[in-house]
Amino acid sequence: MPNKTPTISAPQFKLLEKLCRAVGVSGGEGEVRKIVLDEIKSSVDEVKVDALGNVLATKKGRGAKRLRVMLDAHMDEVGFMLVADDGEGLYRFKIIGGIDPRNLAGKQVVVGKEHFPGVIGAKPIHHTTPEERKKPLAEDALRIDLGPESKIKVGERGTFAPNFQRVGPSLMSKALDNRLGIATLIEFLKVSYPNVDLCAAFTVQEEIGLRGAKVAAQYFRPDLAIVIDATPANDLPMQFEGENIFYNTKLGLGPALYVSNSSAIDDPRLVCFIQDIAQKAKIPYQIRQPGGGGTNAGGIQRTVVGVPVVSISVPHRYTHSPISVARIDDWKNMPALLHAAISQITPALLKR
Amino acid sequence: MTDILPFLDSLISAPGLSAYERPVAQLIQDKWKPLVDEISSSRIGSLHGLKKGRGKSPRPSIMIATHMDAIGLMVTKVVDGFIHLDEIGGIDVRILPGTPVIVHGKQDLPGVIVMPLLKILPEDTRDGAIGLRHLLVDTGLLPSKVASLVRVGDLVSFNTPPTELSGEVISGHSLDNRASVAALTICLEELQTKLHLWDVWAVATAQEEETLGGAATSAFHLNPDLAIVVDVTFAKGPGVDGWENFPLGKGPTLGWGANLHPYLYKKFKELADRLEIPVAMDITPTHSGTDAYSIQVARNGIPTIVIGIPLRYMHTPVEVVAVKDIQRAGRLIAEFISSLELDFASKISWEDDDAK
Repeated sequence: MPNKTPTISAPQFKLLEKLCRAVGVSGGEGEVRKIVLDEIKSSVDEVKVDALGNVLATKKGRGAKRLRVMLDAHMDEVGFMLVADDGEGLYRFKIIGGIDPRNLAGKQVVVGKEHFPGVIGAKPIHHTTPEERKKPLAEDALRIDLGPESKIKVGERGTFAPNFQRVGPSLMSKALDNRLGIATLIEFLKVSYPNVDLCAAFTVQEEIGLRGAKVAAQYFRPDLAIVIDATPANDLPMQFEGENIFYNTKLGLGPALYVSNSSAIDDPRLVCFIQDIAQKAKIPYQIRQPGGGGTNAGGIQRTVVGVPVVSISVPHRYTHSPISVARIDDWKNMPALLHAAISQITPALLKR
Repeated sequence: MTDILPFLDSLISAPGLSAYERPVAQLIQDKWKPLVDEISSSRIGSLHGLKKGRGKSPRPSIMIATHMDAIGLMVTKVVDGFIHLDEIGGIDVRILPGTPVIVHGKQDLPGVIVMPLLKILPEDTRDGAIGLRHLLVDTGLLPSKVASLVRVGDLVSFNTPPTELSGEVISGHSLDNRASVAALTICLEELQTKLHLWDVWAVATAQEEETLGGAATSAFHLNPDLAIVVDVTFAKGPGVDGWENFPLGKGPTLGWGANLHPYLYKKFKELADRLEIPVAMDITPTHSGTDAYSIQVARNGIPTIVIGIPLRYMHTPVEVVAVKDIQRAGRLIAEFISSLELDFASKISWEDDDAK
């Protein structure tokens, strides 16, 4: 039996806030990596930082015939890189990851390791025409303004200004994708599971092509992998006639279990296993609507000789925008479900 | 000069949308109270501070008007916990998605303006900018809670925290026109140790962004001999580099055009040159777009000028202004007031406009 159950309470909220306030844009995950290393170093058997910057930690079980179970959560978030200095503290930038440029104008940002504050402004409405205002503001028409005495050099990364808050039943912050997953995975390394070797991969560069997870899987060569992420909930009321059938997931219905998406078809044995576990343990869960989108499962599944994968995600609205919204209960049910599943994994699972 | 930043930060952290200026008016009243002899509110919510002059009664008076109201939004309906909006003031809706706001319901609720997934929008609205009718506020609360706390007509204000950028530049919402309220406050502070013969009416006006109604009624009520309006003007910035734009941090502007009195322009320009305060001419051939438009035609007509503070990204939640320009505007106005002789008003002539 595992020695304890990972749960979400005050220390985990504090850790999540710290993670959400960190800036870790794809290719520049250092700030998140440091928090992860500090949190896990005393509770794992082995830990290393690999050539891409993945944090790879192992926590061995004790029993015979243990499966190597990889738990993946990506550390990186969407953001931008400064690409040209126009002078007077104004910089051109390129988006990193999938940000809809319609979310950029009028926003506060932070740039560089020091989190220098900046803003993305917009022309005053007084200087625009009604026709002009119907066209979205494009990335290349916008500038990041860091103030006239900015010494920041091109090549620095940045993202939306940190803005974490707990409101009623919800969490509101930038980068809930995927600091929710990171905060969750950290808790699992504080537990000892005798039946499995936990291979925890805190991965880089998910947002720009699932790059870190592929290398992590090649290193661990796991028997199976569970990807822990945050998934969009598009559960808003339909804005014209009809019913919203594109919701992907809905807030408040529990962690979302993937079945199939653009990046991978989740392993049916694992999908069934986790559903059975959830139903028996009466842990709320939902099926993430099959369709587009992707997770690190796609980066992991087709490595080495093949890895059975499944993704479980916390639903959150307004992904890749300045402020996302997730439900606390959905997050709390995430470790509950994962714990129930991991505790009951046996080699027989993959023989079916 | 005292540090104006803490006061300015408090001003741009307070709500005070047009016609709902009470929260910001209270902050201004508290700040001005020790700086003036009398303070009161007008019937529609403008704040009138009187600092008496040293001249023999009856003295002439000058009104300095800075509007304190801010642009924002209003709740139009609530559907399944999501809040629909209309605007107050002029907002380019393209800056709204992802903007933090406060919904002033039965209690203040933090929220964010969001753009729904395109697939749930009508097909012909997906490609362009998303219109205001499809932008919603999510408060993170459950629909039943939102329904019990939020009503149609409730106000929604921006909630971007004040931020200092490099080079003593402040960013936040409502710097239009709280930056000018700060400048007027600096002026009042300077006047504590400067002799002035004229009565000074420091006025924080209501409703500039929608009706200019605060300025019109305060001008009628106070009937000043002269008026100075302090408002923000358009700074140069990304995609903004025309004749009507001024460099940030390089000095305030003096208004020029039919709405502004040329003699006041001339006197301000001479004074600024003498004090070595850099100023630029802000040309507005007809309407200045400020409270001056209604003050100029109050009572029997009031000679009026606009002092402009260059500001980037006007009417967005991330307006940007240089602290130095606020200080310069405040000092220039204080020096002007203390330079006023009792017979100044009788010398004013529209023909005397050779200052350019």
